[in-house]
Amino acid sequence: MSGNANDQQRLVILGAGTGGTLTANRLRKKFKQNRLRIDIVDQDNQHVYQPGLLFVPFGLAEPDEIVRKRDKQLHKGINYHQCPIESVDIETDTVTLEDGTTLAYDVLLVATGTRLLFDETEGLTGPGWRETIHTFYDMEGAIALAEKLDEFESGHVVINVVDMPIKCPVAPLEFAFLADWYFTEKGVRDDVRISYVTPLDGAFTKPTASAALGSLLDEKGVEIISEFNTGQVDGEARKLISWDEREVEFDLAVMIPLHGGAEYVENSPGLGDELGFIPTDNATLQSTVKPNIFAIGDAADVPTSKAGSVTHFEGEVLVENIEAFLDGRPIEHSYDGHANCFIETGFSKALLIDFNYESEPVGGHYPGPVGLPLLKESRANHLGKLMFQSFYWHGLLPGRDIPGIGPDMPSFGKKQPVSG
Amino acid sequence: MPTKTFAGTTVDVNDEGFFEDPTQWTKEMAPEIAEEYGVPTPLNDRAWVVIDLMRSEYFDKGTGPTVRKISKLSDVTTKELFALFPKGPAKLAAMVAGIPKPKGCI
Repeated sequence: MSGNANDQQRLVILGAGTGGTLTANRLRKKFKQNRLRIDIVDQDNQHVYQPGLLFVPFGLAEPDEIVRKRDKQLHKGINYHQCPIESVDIETDTVTLEDGTTLAYDVLLVATGTRLLFDETEGLTGPGWRETIHTFYDMEGAIALAEKLDEFESGHVVINVVDMPIKCPVAPLEFAFLADWYFTEKGVRDDVRISYVTPLDGAFTKPTASAALGSLLDEKGVEIISEFNTGQVDGEARKLISWDEREVEFDLAVMIPLHGGAEYVENSPGLGDELGFIPTDNATLQSTVKPNIFAIGDAADVPTSKAGSVTHFEGEVLVENIEAFLDGRPIEHSYDGHANCFIETGFSKALLIDFNYESEPVGGHYPGPVGLPLLKESRANHLGKLMFQSFYWHGLLPGRDIPGIGPDMPSFGKKQPVSG
Repeated sequence: MPTKTFAGTTVDVNDEGFFEDPTQWTKEMAPEIAEEYGVPTPLNDRAWVVIDLMRSEYFDKGTGPTVRKISKLSDVTTKELFALFPKGPAKLAAMVAGIPKPKGCI
């Protein structure tokens, strides 16, 4: 190693997913190795392009197309550790891995995303699990569901979000739209009833988008059952039971389980909140736990969607702020909650929504007046969604900027919201 | 801005009826708000555990807790919470506690 070891600062990144990888790569480009040592930890070496999981059950993506090695996405000069994390001691600034390795840090970045908590809902993984009760939120589930859909010709398909927050809150809606397309193509749509069961009071969390998505569900013959808070899945009777004792019967339940933060957060006093997410300043992405801890992506408790686009936009701000922190300068850059996502609506169309902490998704065009149509189905948006995977591996993770797409939400080219 | 009157005092609320300014709330208003939104009254000790928690979390963290957080932060179970504040406990408890709608659900 060259340089004076005393000048070298140490950054430890927990999680080599979207947020951890892009931040590591961007910071590696900014700092010489003798100035900053970067260690990154993950429990496995499978980096899943998570938006692709939606397509696997319908045979629209093969599992091996959406998985790559985590370490291969990292630039040279980043130390990759493949090992589960045991705990973080925020008093001594140390991370302990399950194999006993300890990593001391000057700055810690928590990027370990969310964990799917199937077992926190009574009965979810009981009788009928992987038979009539499925999920597409992880690879194993998406593959099993593909087999199930292949043989499914008639009955009631229920898509159920147990409770918020969840990753990519539009994915369950997209599943409903694609299921309509899938069974139509199969020629059995008339024999398949599709219902969308949600704890929210409508299709989505934000009013204008909720109305637009609600009428799309309606057009596609998907019934919406709202304000349903699932307390139990009864696999033998094949029904969902809510906390207030309403029931929905199913032949196939596609479950989006409860989400929580990574397990080690529970073993790390003071690091996370009750659900295992990291209390984080909305604007700076610095944790409110300790100044030398930052959080990005699904692991942070900031009030925006848990989604890759959020992580991407956060990343650009976060890198500037970590750089300022390491240099001992004030942290200035702020994230506005910008999120956008393509919503696949079936039949080779998609719509696009774009919003931030303050503004809800509206119509118009993105990123400017001649861009892609917002809140409206189009083939261009579908192609945009398909092309995005390539950009993900080759642009976003390596830390390249997209010309014309910045972290702040644009408002030029957008319609004004209907009400304040 | 819409207003409502509880316990003889006029307060500012949003379109959905959530308080705009939690400092305008007083304990005396809670039973009247509860009646208006179909929350079982009289409010018992357990309901007050939740109301107090909603307010302390709001003033501490800037937003009221979600259902899952309420059950983790107190000894009130989810089942009990739905009995105390039927349908949407986080929303209704926030309403009765005079705080804005919890932001958790995005």
